[in-house]
Amino acid sequence: MSKEFKGKTLAEILRIEQTRNYLMKGIREDGRSMWDYREIKIEVGTVEKAFGSSTVYLGDTVVVTGVNFELGTPFQDSPDSAILLVEGEILPTASFEAEAGPPDEYEIEMSRVVDRSLRESGIIDFKKYAIIPGETVLKIFIDFNILNDDGNIIDAAVLGAVSALATADMPDINYIRDNIDEVSNINIKEVPRTKFSIEEIPIANTIALYNGKMFVDPTAPEEEIANSLITFTHLATGEICSIQLLKGSLSYEEVFTALDKAYEKSVEIRDKLSEMGIIKL
Amino acid sequence: MNNGEREEFIRVDGRKPDELRKYSIRAGILKNADGSAEIKLGKNWIVVGVYGPKEHFPKFEALQDRAIINCRYHMAPYSTTERKSPKPSRREIELSKVIRTALEQAVILEKFPEMSIDIFIEVLQAEGSTRVASITAASVALAEAGIPLRDMIVGCSAGKVNGQIVVDVGEAEDKDGEADLPIAVMPNLKRVVLLQMDGKLTHEEFKRAFEIALKGAYELYEEQKKALKKLIEEMSLVQEQEGDEDE
Repeated sequence: MSKEFKGKTLAEILRIEQTRNYLMKGIREDGRSMWDYREIKIEVGTVEKAFGSSTVYLGDTVVVTGVNFELGTPFQDSPDSAILLVEGEILPTASFEAEAGPPDEYEIEMSRVVDRSLRESGIIDFKKYAIIPGETVLKIFIDFNILNDDGNIIDAAVLGAVSALATADMPDINYIRDNIDEVSNINIKEVPRTKFSIEEIPIANTIALYNGKMFVDPTAPEEEIANSLITFTHLATGEICSIQLLKGSLSYEEVFTALDKAYEKSVEIRDKLSEMGIIKL
Repeated sequence: MNNGEREEFIRVDGRKPDELRKYSIRAGILKNADGSAEIKLGKNWIVVGVYGPKEHFPKFEALQDRAIINCRYHMAPYSTTERKSPKPSRREIELSKVIRTALEQAVILEKFPEMSIDIFIEVLQAEGSTRVASITAASVALAEAGIPLRDMIVGCSAGKVNGQIVVDVGEAEDKDGEADLPIAVMPNLKRVVLLQMDGKLTHEEFKRAFEIALKGAYELYEEQKKALKKLIEEMSLVQEQEGDEDE
């Protein structure tokens, strides 16, 4: 077996071959233009038990994200900062190849890219949530699961995390401060809640390259045959807060072409999020 | 006055913005490995051993059309200020993956179907920018193993520290810095094979950081070539002498 076909169903192999034939002619398997995203649908509050949640549909890719809060002791090297933990998993339901069990290197990479996109963006004001600096800080958990993988899961996961955080409730920090003497007795789920406030909105955009042709929002077979994949995360200010070359190589010029295109797309998607009423610009 | 020129910004360790730390690369340092190399970059000390190409095991995992690269980036427990658990961390797993995919771009894998090549990167002392130093050494080790490569791979980092774009980010600078940009390239094919960024950079700053990292990489590329030349000279000393006699 060659690398592309290993562990795949015949239907998947046929889809990959068809996608390759299309891309050679400069068209997408679903008829989109090279610079169009698939339809994006976002539902928020889909998991009531979490403090914040979202379900993102990016074409056939489905990501569910939950936000939770706990109280904890800060890390030694940053005693006055809240703690953020981002973890993602591709569920065994996501595709024929996906497996249950501990995360493999692709899942770890995906989680860490999403983590960096959020952490470095300043979406969370970490200092604000240090309840008693050096002693008790807020621990923010963002867990996302890929339910169905039809490619571009990083873009979808960052959208999911932003949507879940932007619409999340959080335990009232002032209430916890007032009752800090009984901090060990506090049940975080029963603390009165306030709205979580996000400070920045990072948007991740993955650019794929095949035979010198560049395009956005690759599907699973497009990712499979792409020579290169690179993700840029942008802020509203136009600053870059994360880059990851996920696959392949790029010429020096292509890096900058892809960067400009990613920024262009990030503006479009940020507007879309605001149109959906998930964020306020 | 300084004729309107900006005064040169000096870094924590006294370096200029575009100055690399002290570096040296040696090839062929491990007897048993098919290829090996060592890099010292500032206080970084990294050793790479390459084994293979050899038959891939288990057999059903082998690929019919190319070789498989196994790559492990590992930090020794004593390599960092606070002891690091020897168990591979999530960071090490991610770095093993990005280093592997970077090296796969250069290795002509199609030459060795059903085979595998093992690349072991051991960070014995870490002082920032270990991933790019690792890749630079790994490329030398692959070359020493005689594995056909499309090009060498050489890495270097850049970052933003106190508002300044600087090359080869050290540990202290990475902690307090605003951004970190490790890159690795194939210097002759002029292609980027590893690119990560972490922090905040404007497009203009990214361009400057990319250029300064690229310049650092080309400087290290010369050191790679020097290391390999030196090894070849040493190895062929005897034959060379014999050759001279014939002429």
